[in-house]
Amino acid sequence: MTASYAIEVKHLTKRFGRFTAVDDLSFTVRQGEIFGFLGANGAGKTTAIRMLCALLSSTSGTATVAGYDINTQPEQVKARIGYMSQRFSLYEDLTVAENLSFFGGVYGLSNARLRERARWAVQMAGLKGREQSLTRELAGGWKQRLALGCAVLHEPRIVFLDEPTGGVDPLSRREFWDLIHRLSEDGVTVFVTTHYLDEAEYCNTITLLQAGRLIASGSPQALKAEHIRSPILEVECDRVIEALDLLQREAWALETSVFGTCLHVSVPDEEEWRRQAQRLLAENGIAISRIDRIVPSLEDVFIHLIEKR
Amino acid sequence: MMSSRIRPIVIKEFRQISRDRRTLGVLLVIPAFMLVMFGYALNFDVRRVPLAVCDQDRSRASREFAESFLHSEYFDLKHRLSDAREIDGLMGGERVRVALVIPPDFSERLLGGREATVQVLVDGANASAAATAVGYVGAMAQDHSSKIAIRASARTGRPGVPLPIDYRPRVWYNPELKSAKFLVPGLIGFILMITAVISTALSVVREKEQGTIEQIVVSPIRPVELILGKTIPYILISLAATAIILLVSYLLFDVAVRGSYLLLFGVTLLFLAGALGLGLLISTVADSQQVAFQMALLVTMLPTFLLSGFVFPIRNMPLPVQAITHIVPARYFLVALRGIVLKGVGLSALYDQALFLLAFAALTLGVSSARLRKIL
Repeated sequence: MTASYAIEVKHLTKRFGRFTAVDDLSFTVRQGEIFGFLGANGAGKTTAIRMLCALLSSTSGTATVAGYDINTQPEQVKARIGYMSQRFSLYEDLTVAENLSFFGGVYGLSNARLRERARWAVQMAGLKGREQSLTRELAGGWKQRLALGCAVLHEPRIVFLDEPTGGVDPLSRREFWDLIHRLSEDGVTVFVTTHYLDEAEYCNTITLLQAGRLIASGSPQALKAEHIRSPILEVECDRVIEALDLLQREAWALETSVFGTCLHVSVPDEEEWRRQAQRLLAENGIAISRIDRIVPSLEDVFIHLIEKR
Repeated sequence: MMSSRIRPIVIKEFRQISRDRRTLGVLLVIPAFMLVMFGYALNFDVRRVPLAVCDQDRSRASREFAESFLHSEYFDLKHRLSDAREIDGLMGGERVRVALVIPPDFSERLLGGREATVQVLVDGANASAAATAVGYVGAMAQDHSSKIAIRASARTGRPGVPLPIDYRPRVWYNPELKSAKFLVPGLIGFILMITAVISTALSVVREKEQGTIEQIVVSPIRPVELILGKTIPYILISLAATAIILLVSYLLFDVAVRGSYLLLFGVTLLFLAGALGLGLLISTVADSQQVAFQMALLVTMLPTFLLSGFVFPIRNMPLPVQAITHIVPARYFLVALRGIVLKGVGLSALYDQALFLLAFAALTLGVSSARLRKIL
């Protein structure tokens, strides 16, 4: 491998008419790392991935994937990457074995290599003995692992996973992340987007995209250390939304947000704040069941980053 | 020979088709079924026309004349009337379609060597059948007159009065004038157009609908490879369907191919290429199988049925409609097919048709691959 980075993105921009979907994006992805690409729907993730998979050319800026330029060498890029989307693009009316042989053929695998790789993929997906089953008869988790198997059948050095765990049960999600880690241990670079922020914690590096721009990048630990300096308190109380409203009006609460049935509040001075909050909520007749200091999650980081803007 | 990336697509398509019994049935069985239905139902032959005779003369000559109609298979004597006023009711109720009125002075005039007149009433509600029936009656009257003239000359011993024109029509290519022979080539075009366009349109749109196109898009497959991989299986199946249609029409309707099979195959391939291109074009526009199906039906069924000359002769259409038929590919295919199947003509007679089909195929395949390239 001549390129020092698996993916290098420099000032990548994509405009559709007057709308800028991806705005001056620059980052690098190291070989073999798990790179989390996060952002809300419409933040430009899909456009960026489509450019990196050489499906779209950029309006300006460049990117190299596996050492090849996405704009000038799309064929070389396509032959060296694997791609899997949340829709598990498998042929439901073909069997497991037929799906594998189709994708193997499309990537030009020789018969001998195809047999070997198909055996590997079946093993990896836990589908031994079910090679002749129609894909539509498989449960979600198996389909998803088979799709991953098809995507890496030709042993690409880089795999793009676009929300691979959407709509899969939690257990299957965990098993899937085990597979991702195994790929990464074998030196495969994994570029993954996800909605689940708990999954983002498994990544070596994460980047956060908002309105087409990169707003944060780093390891989960580094991001937390860098962006969460003040303590975060979790408040469990009645009438959460009303409480949020009240607390937001006060200057001593830096950031407030709802997390399920609780409120997360970032405060400069923990002791002072506890007193103030208890008084304020009591005055308004809202009962507090507990206030705890918590270890910040990535979700806290992102809320902090997005609210800052 | 086949590019290594086309092969897996072709294999995959065949596997999917073989698993989808309904599609396979539509592609192979429906054509033969339609042929039988159309072949028997769409029959323009005029045969056993119900006839009423009102013989007011009641002579040997008038009986002889009426008899001559009964010996042919074209008419079926249903009623002998004594009063010509009865005809109105019979024809109104569609119990007879042709009525012959022989006037009281029929034999008298003939014997006197003068011209005799008979009245023929025809139900014109079905215009084309009526025209044919009128033709039959005319031919029979002519035939009968010449017999009388010959007999008269034999009796008098004088050399026969020569008939002004010896009229001996001869029909080429389809001497029995069977409509099945005329319809079979049209049916091949009609069926191929529908099945080829629908099946290709659906096969691509299905991939869009189920999201499998995504995986194809990120792979190194080129648009040309995808198009070839998608169309080759349907071309083969459509050719098989053509063979089935030809076999069925040979067995049931006695239609044999007079011209070269190679030329027939070549022209069909050209037509199919255009039809498949049209199917692909639809697939680049439609996003769901349902929409694709309706669009395909709309652009193939009506124009091919109405504007190709399949059933309705183009020369009888109003001029603006005739102009439109020039862009219906089936029109050219039908001329070529009828030429090859019924007339046994060679390529030299079909240059124009072949050229148009080629242009149509180039246009649809060109535009659809350009549009596919945008998607891929």
